[in-house]
Amino acid sequence: MRKTFFAAAAALLLAGSMSSGAWAADKLKVGFIYLGPVGDLGWTYQHEAARQALVKEFGDKVETTFLENVPEGPDAERAIEQLVRAGNKLIFTTSFGYMDPTLKVAKKYPNVHFEHCSGYKRDKNMSTYSARWYQGRYIQGQIAAKMSKAGVLGYIGSFPIPEVISGIDSTMLGAQTVNPSIKVKIIWVNSWFDPGKEADAAKALLDQGADVIMQHTDSPAAMQIASERGKFAFGQDSEMIKFGPKAQLTSILDTWAPYYIARVKAELDGTWKEQDTWGGLETKMFQMAPYTNMPDDVKKMAEDTEAAITAGKLQPFKCPVTAQDGTTVECKGGDHLDDGQVLGMNFYVKGIDDKMPGK
Amino acid sequence: MELVEAIILSVLAASTPLLIAATGELVAERSGVLNLGVEGMMIVGAACGFGGAWLSGSIVIGSICGMIAGTLLSLIFAMMTLGLAVNQVATGLALTILGIGLSGLIGAGFVGERITPAPHLYIPGLTDIPLVGRILFGEDAFIYLSLALVVAVWWFLYRTRAGLILRACGDNHISAHALGYPVLRIRMYAVMFGGACAGLAGAYLPLAYTPFFIPGMTAGRGWIALALTVFASWMPSRLVIGAYLFGAVTILQLHAQGAGIGIPSQFMSALPYLATVIVLVLLSRARTGGSTAPAALGTVFVPDR
Repeated sequence: MRKTFFAAAAALLLAGSMSSGAWAADKLKVGFIYLGPVGDLGWTYQHEAARQALVKEFGDKVETTFLENVPEGPDAERAIEQLVRAGNKLIFTTSFGYMDPTLKVAKKYPNVHFEHCSGYKRDKNMSTYSARWYQGRYIQGQIAAKMSKAGVLGYIGSFPIPEVISGIDSTMLGAQTVNPSIKVKIIWVNSWFDPGKEADAAKALLDQGADVIMQHTDSPAAMQIASERGKFAFGQDSEMIKFGPKAQLTSILDTWAPYYIARVKAELDGTWKEQDTWGGLETKMFQMAPYTNMPDDVKKMAEDTEAAITAGKLQPFKCPVTAQDGTTVECKGGDHLDDGQVLGMNFYVKGIDDKMPGK
Repeated sequence: MELVEAIILSVLAASTPLLIAATGELVAERSGVLNLGVEGMMIVGAACGFGGAWLSGSIVIGSICGMIAGTLLSLIFAMMTLGLAVNQVATGLALTILGIGLSGLIGAGFVGERITPAPHLYIPGLTDIPLVGRILFGEDAFIYLSLALVVAVWWFLYRTRAGLILRACGDNHISAHALGYPVLRIRMYAVMFGGACAGLAGAYLPLAYTPFFIPGMTAGRGWIALALTVFASWMPSRLVIGAYLFGAVTILQLHAQGAGIGIPSQFMSALPYLATVIVLVLLSRARTGGSTAPAALGTVFVPDR
């Protein structure tokens, strides 16, 4: 905690000195707050890639600043406010835990526009954006069920929050369409980022008989272990095929660039408005990495599923959804669970034997 | 039984960086210096170790780079705390923060690259023995090295005159100084040894454990190594038990989850730390001939002449 605070403080000093130097008149200043280091190869890395795409797109019209390693919580508020004082007019805060700090600063500076990633609180100058990653996990579930010889999948979870739970459920619903008796073993590492522990979890899952590894943690460690053992795995957030040339089946790639470019364009045109974006495959806010290391028929199935989801013809959470205890989940969205039910998902679907932590 | 073998292999690998870093810190603390910068030295060792191995293609050169990096960082610490008599706790914390930043800078060019991890020993016949073969004769060099290191440190501390002098500096630097021993120089060597070990422990992560470099990849292992020296009550033999116990609880809790044993994962993640606390309490209650903290640990020494 303390170390990250100092890192943030140092970054603030740097940002302050940078911004006082450059003040070209009609440039739009865009600020970014990152949770991890830009080189984490996962979550922050993808946001940084989108920022670079933004710079490439607009060139001299924008000036961007980012602060990395900013801890979630009260420190974030100071970091965001610093970006405001440095003259940034559009600020992207790229982690769930920045939600309340962003809201607080947004209320204080009504003339600055804020974009908060993966939260649910908005204001007239604060938008939210996130992606429907669970759609990608449904596809991964189908592929995994096809590729698993043992019929046992290994799933590395970070924290049992709704986003991760809905990912597990979606994976299983996808897998069950291929193999109704598919099993999943779940290990929680209680961390978003600990390469050593992620590797140990992957080893434990493989040692216990799983032969396809899926992860909801951020490092390529699990991919690398699967590669070493000659098994399969799915990447997370970014392209990880380098770490498992013969292991990666596909990966869910966070591709924020189109959204960032659209929002900056709106800001430049003066048409920016508060909105809530929860982009699915059709928005390209996330994309599937190329389907690799699988037979043609599996690839074809994955592509068909991807096309069906993109076209809105297939809903991963289509009713009826049966919960782990056998009860049918109330269907609030017509023929599928509604967004609120997915965003707040706190139950396992039938077919998962594990007990959810804390339940 | 294959599962047991697999678990033991994972435990050994998970425990080794802790053991190496803690051994180095134990020597430094035995000389009376508390260096809280283990985490920082480890992560810089990881960055430099990976960089060295990636550029040269050699795990050995990578390990040496990691050790040199850790040593250099520990020299900054030695200069501050021994030369300028600055507070050791504050300097150690600063060293960790410095190390984390520095490693990101050094490692920026290597992020996303991968190397071939350290090879595992293979002796035809011996390694193929069921159950024990791979555990005894199929590890990577770091694991054998870490155990040799502990034995060497034990022998040095308890069976050599130099070791006795080093311990004397840690227990009572004024007396050691009065007897004519160069307390500050001895402490500097001890701190450098600690730095080299931390650097090597850090280098183990990208060279053998997860063969790539990512900023922050030590993920708190330096702090665990620090706790281990206390856990071991500054005795090398107990360090081995502590490190493997810690590794075992970490790995077993992952296996328990995979096997669907219904204990909350948060509780299981906390188990290694809980185990440390319990053993600490037991040790302090038993106190049968075990040594306690070096008496002069963490205190500043300024020679009077």
